[in-house]
Amino acid sequence: MKTTRRSFIQKTALLSGVFSLGFDWFESKANAGIIQQMNPVLDANRFNAFLSIENTGKVILYSPNPEIGQGIKTAFPIVVAEELDVDWKQVEVRQANLDTQLFERQVTGGSGALKHSWERLRKAGATARQMLVQAAAQQWGVDAISCKTSKGFVIGPNKGQKLAYGALVDAASKLPVPSEVTYKSRSDYQLIGSFVKGVDNYKVLTGKPQYGLDTQKSGMVVAQIVRPPAFGSTLVSFDAAEVKKMPGIIDVVSFKNKVAVVGKSTWEVMQARKKLVCSYSDTSNLESDSTHQKWFDEGMKTDKVKVERKDGDFHAAIAKAAKVIEATYECPFLSHTPMEPMNFFADVRPGSILLAGPTQVPQSAQKAVATLLGVPENTIQVELTKMGGGFGRRLNNDYALEAAELSSIIKMPVKVMWTREDDMTGGIYRPAVRYHFKAGLNEKGEMIAFYLRGVGLNAGNSTRQDNFPVGAIDNVLIESFNYNSAITTGPWRAPITNFLASAEQSFLDEVAAAAGKDPIQMRLDWLQKVKTNPVGKITYEPDRFIEVIKQVAEKAKWGKKGANVHQGFSVYFSHLSYVAQVAEAKIVDGEAKVTHLTAVTDCGEVINRSGAENQVIGGIIDGYGHAMFSKLSFDKGVPQQKNFDTYKLIRGNEIPTVEAHFVNNGIAPTGLGEPALPPTGGAVANALFAATKKRLYRQPFAGPDNANL
Amino acid sequence: MESIELLINRKKVKVEVDSNTPLLWVLRDHLSLVGTKYGCGIAQCGACTVWLDGEPMRSCVLPVSAVGKSAVTTIEGLNEKAEHPVQVAWDELDVPQCGYCQAGQIMTAAALLKKNPKPSHDDIVAGMSGNICRCGTYHRIHNAVKRASEIASASNSSKKK
Ligand code: FES
Ligand code: FES
Repeated sequence: MKTTRRSFIQKTALLSGVFSLGFDWFESKANAGIIQQMNPVLDANRFNAFLSIENTGKVILYSPNPEIGQGIKTAFPIVVAEELDVDWKQVEVRQANLDTQLFERQVTGGSGALKHSWERLRKAGATARQMLVQAAAQQWGVDAISCKTSKGFVIGPNKGQKLAYGALVDAASKLPVPSEVTYKSRSDYQLIGSFVKGVDNYKVLTGKPQYGLDTQKSGMVVAQIVRPPAFGSTLVSFDAAEVKKMPGIIDVVSFKNKVAVVGKSTWEVMQARKKLVCSYSDTSNLESDSTHQKWFDEGMKTDKVKVERKDGDFHAAIAKAAKVIEATYECPFLSHTPMEPMNFFADVRPGSILLAGPTQVPQSAQKAVATLLGVPENTIQVELTKMGGGFGRRLNNDYALEAAELSSIIKMPVKVMWTREDDMTGGIYRPAVRYHFKAGLNEKGEMIAFYLRGVGLNAGNSTRQDNFPVGAIDNVLIESFNYNSAITTGPWRAPITNFLASAEQSFLDEVAAAAGKDPIQMRLDWLQKVKTNPVGKITYEPDRFIEVIKQVAEKAKWGKKGANVHQGFSVYFSHLSYVAQVAEAKIVDGEAKVTHLTAVTDCGEVINRSGAENQVIGGIIDGYGHAMFSKLSFDKGVPQQKNFDTYKLIRGNEIPTVEAHFVNNGIAPTGLGEPALPPTGGAVANALFAATKKRLYRQPFAGPDNANL
Repeated sequence: MESIELLINRKKVKVEVDSNTPLLWVLRDHLSLVGTKYGCGIAQCGACTVWLDGEPMRSCVLPVSAVGKSAVTTIEGLNEKAEHPVQVAWDELDVPQCGYCQAGQIMTAAALLKKNPKPSHDDIVAGMSGNICRCGTYHRIHNAVKRASEIASASNSSKKK
């Protein structure tokens, strides 16, 4: 692979004994600025080079992406360490802070991090390795081609020629950066694809401070913010006289419809805020669940839809279909509820601002705070903390902006903490959506017409119009309609597809039943058609689809588990990965129960087997738990669930067993944080149908609307 | 405000707080022991689990005045080198995802094993189901409790020899 000269910045160690290779993510940017940016004296806390090797042999790798539990802080360094060819035990991984000069995509979301960085990470490792080899070869007076590396050593062609990387650091750092590097061949991988434990495990297991909520800075005060109880309410006035009399309270200030109670300690603030008296004015139409039902009904009838995709002529085809199948599916709003509630630290001073906390998008936090406070971006420093989960919630920086605004008002360093109740009622939810599907079959039972309308509440386009089975069906019409609701929404793990896939995969099961076909064979037939004769634009690779389907059928012993095991199938493509699942239900004491799930995932190369399994199994449990149990409902704009006593999350005694298999085909890796979740709801609904002969149209499946479960 | 003496992780400490303050916030805000986590504040999630004389407790609803002379153990005091069988098993099986719930999971698991050194699968599931893990690490949690029990019994029998 070619490296342009400019894409690397070599940091000749001014401090002798350290070789650092900074990776210039922006190939178009001039180097000068970047070199200036880099601290001439190596300060481990500030120096953001991508990798550095000390002459002790210790390798320090900087992980630029925010860690929310998706394992990126372990996965990225694995790739670099593999190409560098070092012993994993010599590697120390550090979280890099936000540095837009050095790193290009410091975002966690959309499962895109690894895909984006795969080539760059390999190149960073391979380039350093090549320079170390070159340094050794020169020292020995041999050809670099005749040298090899192993676990942090360069080994020469002649007897006794073996040097540790650490001993080559000085020489290597004086060499020119090679313009072309060769990568290891896949069969030589030692780290990639193995079971590598999380690099933060020790800190987690011993309770070291690392999360946003653990932030302690000198002079810091804490604050909580009282927001309007109902979506659609506006703060008119407030009386803080009693609050201010409470112990430990420093200040009470108001901004943007909110009242912040600032104090010395969390508990004092929690107590004092109860004394706050606020008066609100409401809009005339505060939304309740019944409002949303009405909107869904209207949205299903309106002709003001947006046509998202059209192949052939759906209306003509459905008119002459031998059989028509229709079904409607619906999901509620969901809270993200990461275990660590929202929080952020801000210290706003004239000319310099420090932000610290859990965000999936630090750069946009920096930008937004710059705009909010009218200061240049480069005066804002962002420290990344570990995150107690995100699930998409921390793609929205509302809580970071609050902290910055509050600090600018009270002129103190402040940590704003949301209580669980604040977190659950404070907005940014998975949007509620209703889908209507229609399919027309010809005499042979082939689907000749396929229709989907998605009606969402602040969901944007609630369809994914190019997803399979689109591409296999001659006449397709996909429409979306969006309602603007006062209830705020945002991306929630596997946005849109987290429920769309569930609805669609349930519907296709119904189609297969109506057509008298095996649901797996039906998909395979369609994919064969996509290969030979695709209809319109295709965004997926049919062969990869076929492979996960075939493997899951085999691994789950599809149709071969006997009469007491009821199976349900689903398969979905999202975030560039393919996941097929088979759920199993059994009747236990007269009740249907999901007991097992088998998943086969094609996410290309599996970087870390442990992390990959964690993501797939965690995604399935997430998908299963929310499909079964979770719902956020509204009454006059007020969220009706405020904490885990009423908002039900899945617990350890409610999980099915899960088997996670990987195709692991060596294709450049794709996302894993999300794609295992979407197929789960459908596989589960289909297995429960097989067990009970009752279709499930509404999530949560174990809610009162599906009372027989 | 009251001056309260506590025995935490085998050390005597003194804090000046309102006696109603839950132990969780005394640990986190006043003693900089932030390993114990806040998840719900209403005894629903288990993130804040600590031991009081070896018994697992939800520190978010335990007023500091109720602690009295009881010895408090937090995740920081379990084993600083992460050598407790539960920590070893947790690492070996690579349980944590985001890690936020894990201090509570570990304190619950270690207390469970003290009472019941050889728990059955059902014992484990029942004993751990009070702790929520939003990342869904439940399978590895269950397996790790089992593994910890094996590690503990192996080291006990080698000590006896
Ligand atoms: S924080 Fe105490 S149980 Fe949730
Ligand atoms: S590991 Fe994230 S909540 Fe349990």
